Amino acid sequence: MAGGGRPSGPAPTGGSRRRSPEGASAPKRLKRVAGAVATAAAAGRARTRATARAIGQLPPPPGPFRPGFWRSPIRGPWLTSVFGLVLLVGIPLLFLTGLLSYAAYNPDLSPLNDETPDKGILGFYLFSWPTHPYWLYRLLQGVHVTLGVVLVPVLLAKLWSVIPKLFEWLPVRSVAHSLERLSLLMLVGGVIFEFVTGILNIQLYYVFPGSFYRLHFYGAWVFIAAFVVHVCLRLGRMTRALRSRSLSTELRTDLAHTAPEPPDPDGLVAAAPAPPTMTRRGALGMVGAGSLLLLVVTAGQSIGGWLRGTALLAPHNRDPGSGPNAFQINKTAAKVGITPALVGPSWRLEVHGRGAPRILTREQLLAMPQHAAALPIACVEGWSTEDQHWSGLRLADLAALAGMPDAASVLVQSIQPPGPFTRVVLRGNQIRDPRALLALRVNGAALSLDHGYPARIIVPANPGVNNTKWVHRLTFRA
Amino acid sequence: MARFVRWYGSGPLHLLVLIASFALTGYALVRLFAVQPWQVAIWLVGAAILHDLILLPLYSLADLSALSVLRHRSDASDRPTVPWINHLRVPAFLSGLLLLVWFPLILRLAVPYPGDTGLSDSIYLGRWLAITGVLFAASAVAFAVRLRRVHRPGGDESRPSAGPGTAP
Repeated sequence: MAGGGRPSGPAPTGGSRRRSPEGASAPKRLKRVAGAVATAAAAGRARTRATARAIGQLPPPPGPFRPGFWRSPIRGPWLTSVFGLVLLVGIPLLFLTGLLSYAAYNPDLSPLNDETPDKGILGFYLFSWPTHPYWLYRLLQGVHVTLGVVLVPVLLAKLWSVIPKLFEWLPVRSVAHSLERLSLLMLVGGVIFEFVTGILNIQLYYVFPGSFYRLHFYGAWVFIAAFVVHVCLRLGRMTRALRSRSLSTELRTDLAHTAPEPPDPDGLVAAAPAPPTMTRRGALGMVGAGSLLLLVVTAGQSIGGWLRGTALLAPHNRDPGSGPNAFQINKTAAKVGITPALVGPSWRLEVHGRGAPRILTREQLLAMPQHAAALPIACVEGWSTEDQHWSGLRLADLAALAGMPDAASVLVQSIQPPGPFTRVVLRGNQIRDPRALLALRVNGAALSLDHGYPARIIVPANPGVNNTKWVHRLTFRA
Repeated sequence: MARFVRWYGSGPLHLLVLIASFALTGYALVRLFAVQPWQVAIWLVGAAILHDLILLPLYSLADLSALSVLRHRSDASDRPTVPWINHLRVPAFLSGLLLLVWFPLILRLAVPYPGDTGLSDSIYLGRWLAITGVLFAASAVAFAVRLRRVHRPGGDESRPSAGPGTAP
């Protein structure tokens, strides 16, 4: 702190210029003033330091702020780091699959596709969503949702392991410390916010304030900003802690030999540990068992086949009804206001492009060359169906019919009353994929009303909601 | 440099990383708060509070209560005992975890679910209770096996070891 407090510097310089006419005594006076100011400043600094020291020496308030309050003998940097390591792998995977899921909607193609039009630079990475491999979206979204559910116990354990830090005393020690704690609020608030909105959304429990897409997308960026800082600041500590004990030794240590970790500067290790009631092996096993159990009761809704039945608590764990159309439904016809009258004999498909629109009945569509594709339905909610055998008209053929074989995009409109996801724009690569169909039949039968009769879109690797049902107008655009 | 470190409390890199992070946080927060800002803020901060100051204290308290009750009970007995807190803890944790994740379906709170999916939500409560029953039953069986080993003369389970549940 040489040169110290601000007041001693510039003030005398300014003064000297103003007082120069007063002659030779000025420098002397100046020195006196400067000395006085410096002394005052030093005294001030000393006072501040003394106050800080006094506050620092204040005993923590009773309760969780006292070091002796937290008594778990297994809490410590090693255990925290094991959970941290799992999250260090899992969270980036969640973030990445989430970003890709957003790109899958082709939000930069049309405002109709974009649930977060004010994203700005947060959409920097967007690209044309491919149609290969056809199971891409199914895999990504299955991993995103299932992994999110499976990580819940690890997240809870991680938060449990560091809870004494929430009550550390003093609450704020320096500017750096206060900024870091603010970042930690974003980290903890952000991660729970993301898990909660995601888990509520997949169960259609829409109690969160506003659009899921907005909350989950922007929330992810708030969280990841804090996550990156947290990793930067703690990676070294994590690796040191992981090296401090051997995992295989811990897994062989019984209760009698379970002892607290050596005291750590972060204060995670209990100052007055209670006798152990669970080994570290037991704690890791319990958390692992929780993840495994959640995996078992969830994953089947994304894998399908006989495993669907094992997803005991997942939302899409049974097939609705039986027969060729008995696969998962995102929204039933009744739900969105589709009545048999809307799709009866008076239904027509309008195909717009170059020249006059083509107006076609379902019979006319069925009379045209039919093509088949085996494709799944995969939802943003993580569930998906096995490959279904669709047949109908290639979107490429319909583009040619509209006089625009090289169409850059197509606006697909449903007959359902206005609402979200009743219109979508598909990109040129999606139109030209030979497996991209306006499907009329599935698994050898006509589409059921719930699956989009008279006609629906099915495009490989497309998010489920963008495979529009009850289509009534296609507008091809250059 | 030393002056900065003393004033700030850490190195300059720490500050730079945090400022960069807060810039991104701010950019995303402006968008996150564009609609219903107060409710969203309550959800964001409330998420941390709900976990740290409600959920965690509640389950810790439940665990401590169970521990103290069990310790008390085992003091009264002069037979050799086996620590059994974990036979309660583990199934309770697993069952509670399932409820925590799937409560909207289990408690039939997801109003749009049956109409949207064409599936009934009446199965979930029964299934959760059944899983809970199986978990506790399996834990009981495991405990019974351990008890048998200890109480058999020359049983192979080592003498009741450390842990408050076994204090003679």
